[in-house]
Order: sequence, then structure tokens, then C-alpha cells
Amino acid sequence: MTTLLPDLPTTAVPAAPGADRVLAARPSLRDTVNQTLAMAWRATKKMRRNPEQFFDVTLQPILFTAMFAYIFGGAVSGSVADYLPLIIPGILAQTALTACMATGTQMREDMDKGVFDRFKSLPIARIAPLAGPMLADLIRYGTAATITILVGIAMGYRPGGGVLGVLAGWALTIFAGWSLSWIFAWLGTVARSAQAVQGIGMMIMFPLTFLSNAFVPMDTLPGWLEAFVKINPVSHVVTAVRDLMNDGNVTVQVGWALLGCAVVVAVFAPLAVRTYFRKM
Amino acid sequence: MTATPAVHATGLVKTFGAFRAVDGIDLEVRQGEIYGVLGPNGAGKTTTLKMLATLLPIDGGHAEIFGVDVRREPHRIRQLVGVTGQYASVDENLTGTENLVLFARLLGQSSRQARRTAADLLGRFGLEEASDRQIQNFSGGMRRRLDLAASLIARPPLIFLDEPTTGLDPRTRGQMWDTIRELVAQGSTILLTTQYLDEADQLADRIAVIDRGRKVAEGTPDQLKESVGSSTLHLRVADRDQTTRAASIVERVLGEAPVLTPEAGGLNIALTDANRTADVLIALRQGDVDITTAAVRQPTLDEVFLTLTGHHAEDDHADDHADDHEEVA
Repeated sequence: MTTLLPDLPTTAVPAAPGADRVLAARPSLRDTVNQTLAMAWRATKKMRRNPEQFFDVTLQPILFTAMFAYIFGGAVSGSVADYLPLIIPGILAQTALTACMATGTQMREDMDKGVFDRFKSLPIARIAPLAGPMLADLIRYGTAATITILVGIAMGYRPGGGVLGVLAGWALTIFAGWSLSWIFAWLGTVARSAQAVQGIGMMIMFPLTFLSNAFVPMDTLPGWLEAFVKINPVSHVVTAVRDLMNDGNVTVQVGWALLGCAVVVAVFAPLAVRTYFRKM
Repeated sequence: MTATPAVHATGLVKTFGAFRAVDGIDLEVRQGEIYGVLGPNGAGKTTTLKMLATLLPIDGGHAEIFGVDVRREPHRIRQLVGVTGQYASVDENLTGTENLVLFARLLGQSSRQARRTAADLLGRFGLEEASDRQIQNFSGGMRRRLDLAASLIARPPLIFLDEPTTGLDPRTRGQMWDTIRELVAQGSTILLTTQYLDEADQLADRIAVIDRGRKVAEGTPDQLKESVGSSTLHLRVADRDQTTRAASIVERVLGEAPVLTPEAGGLNIALTDANRTADVLIALRQGDVDITTAAVRQPTLDEVFLTLTGHHAEDDHADDHADDHEEVA
């Protein structure tokens, strides 16, 4: 060991004295994007090391699609084949939500680790440690959505919207998953432990998915419940995905779903970053 | 060049609920020196460092690093300071190379540049064998070295080392000391915290002794040690009933009362001159006091503490409280 410092290109600043350095007051947008990408790269490395992380987005869609279709198909729609156009978009929304919950739990676990101390001490955009893993989680939502659709098709689902309609529904599911995951990211920053995130997450996820039109037609519900189901953002996403995949129509519901997702991001992303900040 | 101090802090305060973890600390670290902050667990060393590194909000007082206001310009501070924590802050799930590549990319290097920096640092810190292994399989010393390597990527002019050798074996400890000295030789300024007087003695140009959130002494290692005598004679008498008599004999010889140790029959005698050891032992023999052990050694941190604060270092368990509060905060 002769000298410990790395040889940096000539553009690099000298080691000392510090007063001579040109210091940026805050990270630029380009820095922020690059730092977020670096954090996403870290998250994908971790995914590759812990493939168990993919159980909820691979096995669960297979299990739930088959289970729900065969159990409720006859009762709700008369036959399994008739139920599939109803249930596949529902399962898509459900698996996306489950995957979101894992995002929050893992973020909380991550924040308790020593490496987050280093992230906090580095001159990087404060949002990067949150936005990076969220970006990488698009892979998980994509996996969940793809598997659900493939299982549906294998069971006899023939979406009327064609390839484009299915692709649009697939993309909307992923976007909705990403948007809603900010809620769980925020939970991750306020909760005391990863278990707490999981517990609270369940309490949010179950009413949101089951008190929606994901599994049954809305008009079979009592009036008071129907009122809640109507304003539930998950219902809008499910209806929008149905419109896209089954009919190939870009309906007003698609607009509502996108708007709902945008509102969730606009509210919860700043909240998450702010609490994350305070924790420091 | 006007010599802006590397760190200039006045009246720093940090409270966790009703507990004042840092209670008005002033620090002035000059450029190019190693400044040691010495104190027992819970004295407020880590909390002070965390405030200066923008990891904890400053509740009171004022701090500047190379003339930049810590509270007002945290992003600029983070470009000036490299932090190596008490617990290695590297990613357990990534390999050595991946960790360094990640930090280098976060600091704005291209991925090719980042890979070169990583390979370079791993080589210089003797961590080549660890380059493709996940950190969770590393030894404590390797983690610390990787952690320090990660702090040096941006070549920060000021490096904070929070108990850099706590929990390391003596050999690894020596290596870490060499590394720290080399950093200073290359122009860095270092602020380090430690629980060990010998570490502060070996490394630091100046030392601040911190106790219960306050600075109780400051000076060069020599000045500090003079305040407790250059060495300590530890004696144990065979018959513990003779302890008081032995103490009075020692006081007669040296003109100063020895400190009775917590275990029965033990005496700690501060010596300004190690040659007085013989005088003490002869006087005890003449006074018919049997001793079982006698040892001359460097003053320990506890003795420095006892002298400076009037209480033992290990009486203080405030660190546990500090940790609790941090959880809630």
C-alpha cells in the first residue's frame, strides 16, 4: 500500500484544502436522475441475490387466478370462461397491490441497515434512495402482470381488445402498481418496523381489493357498499383495465384511473420524502 | 492562504426528549491535523459527529466546516466530509466491488470510471480477494477497510472516523492507524472519536475529552496525560484490612493519596515519575504490608476520567438512553 487515494481524472478536485472546492448548492436534475438509476441498479442486484422476493409476483398470480376463477366462476358468471374477462383485470390489480406492499416492507428493512447512513452522508438527491428501489420494482409489477395474463390465456381467456388492448392494460397495471406503491413507501418511512408496515399494509390492501369491483360485478352489492366501491380507486383501475383488455376502448375510466394514480403520487411521494428527511 | 478552520463549532446542543446528549460543545479543528474526541460510551461523541455530518439536525449552537454553515447548506457539507461510522455502513448484500461502484456512481462517476475507482481502492486496501464476495461474508476488519475506502472515493478534505478501531484485533488496529496517518500525510484533516486513550495518544495532534455531552478538557496528548501522571502503579495488598494503612504509606511517600479500586485491596497510584515506583514498594515493605501484585502501566481512560470528572467512565450508561431516543426521534 503506497498511496490510498484513487487516481482520478484530471477534472477531479484536489483532496485538500476544502475551501478551494467549487461546491454545488443542491443536486441538479441530471444528477438526481443518475443517482436514482444507480440506486435502481443496487435494487436489481439485490433482487438477483434474493429470488424469494419474487414469490409474491410469480406464484401468487398463478395460484389466485386459478383459485378464484374455478371457485367463483360458476357462481358469479355462470361459467369459468365467462368469468375470466371479469376476474383477470381484478387479479391484475390485486397482485399489483400485493407487490406494492412488499415495496414498503423492503424499503423499511433497508432503511434500518447501516448502508442508509452512508446514503444520508453522501451529497446526493434525498429522493434517490427512495425513487431508485421504486423504479426497480417496475420489474416486479411487470412480472406479476405478465404471469397473470399468461395464466388467464392458458385457462381460456380470449381478450377482445387484441394485442394492443392487452398491452395497454398491462402497462396501466404496472403504472397503477408503481403509483400506489408510494403510499406504502410513505408507510415505510413512518412505521417503526418492517412488520408494522406489513400489518398496516394488509389492513389497507384487503379493503381496497375486496371492496372493489375486482371480483364481483358492482350491481350485486348493497347500496351503501356500492357507494364505497364506486369511489375506490382500485375499482377505477380495474374497470379501466377491463375496458382496455376486453373491448380495446380507451374510455373515460382510463382517464380517471390515470388521474387517480397521479393524485396518489402527487400526495404520497412528497410525504414519503419529507418523513424520510425527518428521520435523518 | 487564510487558514479557515476545518471545523468550527460553538455551543452545539442535541436533545433527545429531556436528555441532553450534547450540551454546549465547542470544537475547533485546524486544517491538516488529526483531532481526537475522547470519551466513554454515551458521552455524546457520535451524536456530535452526526450533527457535523448533517446526519442529525443541530438543536442549538452553530457549526461551520471550511467556512460553510452546516445547518444552512447541508448539501455543500456532504461534499466536504467523508464519514466512516462506528458500524460499517456498506451494503451487506453487495460485493466489495459493487459497493464501491455504487458509491462512485452516486458521486457522479461514469460506470467505467466507477469500476476503475473500485478496482483501484480494493487493491490499495488489500481487499482484492473480497471484490466478488458479498459483504455479509467479510470479517470485521475487512468491512471497516471497505467502509473507509468508500469514504475516500470523493477524496473529501475532511474525514470523520467514528471509533474506527472499536472491536478490531490488535493487528488490524495497527493497520488502520497506518492508513489514517497516511491520509493525513496526503493532506486530509481527520476528526476521530475513540474510547481508547492510547489510540488518541498514537494518532491525535489534539484531543478533546467529552463527558455527558460537555467538553471537560482539551489539549495535546502530553498535556492530557500530565494531568493524571505519566504512569500508574497498580498494587494489590494480600490482606485487604491493610488497604487503608497501605494508602497512608503511599500518601506519605508521594504526598498524594492513591485511588482505591472497586475490587477490594487494589490501589491505583498516579506517578509523575516512574522511578518513584521503587520508593513506594520499599516503603510498603518497611511498613510490613504484603502485596500480591504490582504493575506499572500507562494511565487508562478511566483514570483520566476520574481525574477530570470525578467519576468512573463506566458509571455512565447514557449511551443506551441516547440510542433509545434516536429510535423514537
